[in-house]
Amino acid sequence: MSTDPIVRPDEPPVTALEPTAPPPGLGKTPVLFGVFAVLIAALVLFKPRHEDTTFRLATDTDLVKLPEITVPADATTWVMVVLMVLAAAFAAWSARAGRRTPLWLVALFGVAAMTAFLSWAAAGETVPVIGLLAGALALAVPLVFGALGGVLGERAGVVNIAIDGQLLFGAFGAALVGSITGSPWAGLLAAMLAGALVALVLGVFAITYYVDQVIVGVVLNVLVIGLTSFMFSQVLAPNAADLNSPPRFERMPIPLLGEIPVIGPILFRQTILVYLMYAAVAIVTWALYRTRWGLRVRAVGEHPKAADTVGIKVNLTRYRTVLLAGLIAGAGGATYTLVSVSQFNREMTGGAGYIALAAVIFGKWDPIRATLAALLFGFASNLQSVLSVIGSPVPSQFMLMLPYVVTIFAVAGLVGHSRAPAADGVPYRKA
Amino acid sequence: MSSEQPPVQETAEERPPAEQKPEPSRWHLALREVAAGQVSVAFFSVLLAVIVGSVMILFTDDQVRETASYIGARPGDFFQAVQEAITGAYSALVRGSIWNNRVDTFEQQIRPLTETLKFSAPLITAGLGVGLAFRAGLFNIGGRGQMLLAGAAAGWVGVNADLPAIVHLPLAIAAGMLAGALWAGIAGLLKARTGAHEVIVTIMLNYVGYYLVFFALTRKEILQAPGTINPKSEPMPDSVVLPKILGDKFNLHLGFVLALLAVAFVWWLLNRSAAGFRFRAVGENPDAARASGIDVGRTYTVVMLIAGALVGLAGVNQALGTVTSGVATDLDAGIGFDAITVALLGRSRPLGILAAGLLFGAFKAGGFAMQASENIPVDIVLIVQSLIVLFIAAPPLVRAIFRLPAKEATA
Repeated sequence: MSTDPIVRPDEPPVTALEPTAPPPGLGKTPVLFGVFAVLIAALVLFKPRHEDTTFRLATDTDLVKLPEITVPADATTWVMVVLMVLAAAFAAWSARAGRRTPLWLVALFGVAAMTAFLSWAAAGETVPVIGLLAGALALAVPLVFGALGGVLGERAGVVNIAIDGQLLFGAFGAALVGSITGSPWAGLLAAMLAGALVALVLGVFAITYYVDQVIVGVVLNVLVIGLTSFMFSQVLAPNAADLNSPPRFERMPIPLLGEIPVIGPILFRQTILVYLMYAAVAIVTWALYRTRWGLRVRAVGEHPKAADTVGIKVNLTRYRTVLLAGLIAGAGGATYTLVSVSQFNREMTGGAGYIALAAVIFGKWDPIRATLAALLFGFASNLQSVLSVIGSPVPSQFMLMLPYVVTIFAVAGLVGHSRAPAADGVPYRKA
Repeated sequence: MSSEQPPVQETAEERPPAEQKPEPSRWHLALREVAAGQVSVAFFSVLLAVIVGSVMILFTDDQVRETASYIGARPGDFFQAVQEAITGAYSALVRGSIWNNRVDTFEQQIRPLTETLKFSAPLITAGLGVGLAFRAGLFNIGGRGQMLLAGAAAGWVGVNADLPAIVHLPLAIAAGMLAGALWAGIAGLLKARTGAHEVIVTIMLNYVGYYLVFFALTRKEILQAPGTINPKSEPMPDSVVLPKILGDKFNLHLGFVLALLAVAFVWWLLNRSAAGFRFRAVGENPDAARASGIDVGRTYTVVMLIAGALVGLAGVNQALGTVTSGVATDLDAGIGFDAITVALLGRSRPLGILAAGLLFGAFKAGGFAMQASENIPVDIVLIVQSLIVLFIAAPPLVRAIFRLPAKEATA
């Protein structure tokens, strides 16, 4: 910041806010890598753990059982720190050469940092790698659905802060209809419709009445909390046996794929909702980038006037996309009442929709990246619960804080000037 | 996301009127003016929301549902049940929030009004914090974290310093406001320096702040009360408790006066100071503001600092005034989010926020009375509040429902 209080108009502003001006030079990724490497090195330096850490890579029911891997905690951590420093150096080198840090390097860095941290945190104990990752995936399901819904809506130019409301209403609808019909499928359908209903209200206010979309989103979240809590205490709770005990989707291992070591138990021994999630991610990505429909959606979000000029019905496209996004986000809500616990509770999403929203922005409005971000959040929260079971030297509150701190770092550093679709949040009025 | 857009838009007014009537009379014009004004839209929005709330109350009332089953045979029973449910609910609301006619002494009768003022104080200050940020084009969803941090800081000063009240109380208030300011300032600074979206950062800071305060409350050396395993601090000593302004018979404390002062301060800041002019300029159009020499990044940081201090004052109000039994992680009581609706309803104007805060404070006080005497869940208040804001934000919808005339486009 300039210390000179007099602002001279001809000087360039000290704090560049334009997303069009990426900072030249080193870039932020290597710096961030370096910071993490130093942090982990500091952990081992100030609190060395002279014990062994065991990584368990198999479950009891595997056909092919991988052996457990036992490593000395301190040595492993140091090796990983060296790897991390190398990755930081490589990132700095490619930044100097004008290239962006490749995604595989970020992934490699993440794995190294996690291994280092786990070896240190779980010294003297066994890390159930499969349980950690499978649980992370399960926790990420509503976030991924929510983030997909968010990406779709925003790509069409409608900011969707109401993801949380869609998840919560989906969970409510799934519990109610699932209980009445006794079928989890009917519950899932109801969840999707409930999500779409919230989306419809969002659409009416945001598209037809030009109300600021952030406002509608926030208010819808409050409205859904109020409605579901009201209905819960007046209708669901007094008749819990009939109206609030939905059947659950059972775990459904896929025959051959489920037997692949490590990958099988994590990816292919889940509930049907997880498989639907894979499909949803794939279909949304393909449809958004490879179909005429996707091109129109993106055109409407980037430059509605141009889209209108070539004959695309802007607001109709937006309505359709927002409704589709609501269906998807609603399906995520079903996870709460048809998979995790088989009853609805007031405010049971716990603000997950806001995390999904963060995943959308973290993921730069791209379905795949947003999914990865959602998985990261799921991983962080499951890591916390796993570590609290095996006991770790870090207070649990700091572990719980971690995903949010990482997001702040990421939004400020890694993502930086993430660029939203150009017409995101801007209502379109036909002149 | 378009943080570049001012979040509160009066967009709908700019549309051309739907129909042009030839030669309206002067009376007609005057009536039209009243009906098309923002105040009437606000009034009808509240009316509409209350109607929807009433339907929800009827829908879940046992008596109404019972009589509805034989409405064909004896419709009188049904309408009587409806009338009883509605009058019961709203008289309970009034008894809880303004005037209790069921007790004898004046002091007891007026007590609900003082409860309304007590509940509205944090809503007003936090609403000011959110509204001020709105005016500069920033969306502060971080009320929860800012309130928690502020309450914890004020509580920490409260239990750890042993000072006379004349020093102790201001010190604790200042510590709380400072903590809130710094917590929100992070979001402002990051936005200014890196372009990080303040919506994301403030949401994340809510969680981080929550766990930070939670951690502090589990450590005896920081904030946890000795001899307990609960995450809660000691009760506040008398020297930091905000004094009761109407005597010990009422719960209304100095926090309400502080809230009024905050309204006056923000009004002055926005309407009479150079800094406020810069805030509004940045909020209206950051590019134009930058072009005319305003340091936009610096403005973002300063706005968030002030907004955080205001929201922090709401946290202080809770920790030192309303809930003096000790700081806990539920100290914010949802006010951080309620403040958003208060700011929206008040259209981010200080006096509007004052009115909206009073209204929502009355809903809060009355909602508890409704729950206690009529068994209507207090969540109905959330529904009505959010509907009010939703309707107010969409004047064309309200006009269409009540067949109000559209506002003339002033060319």
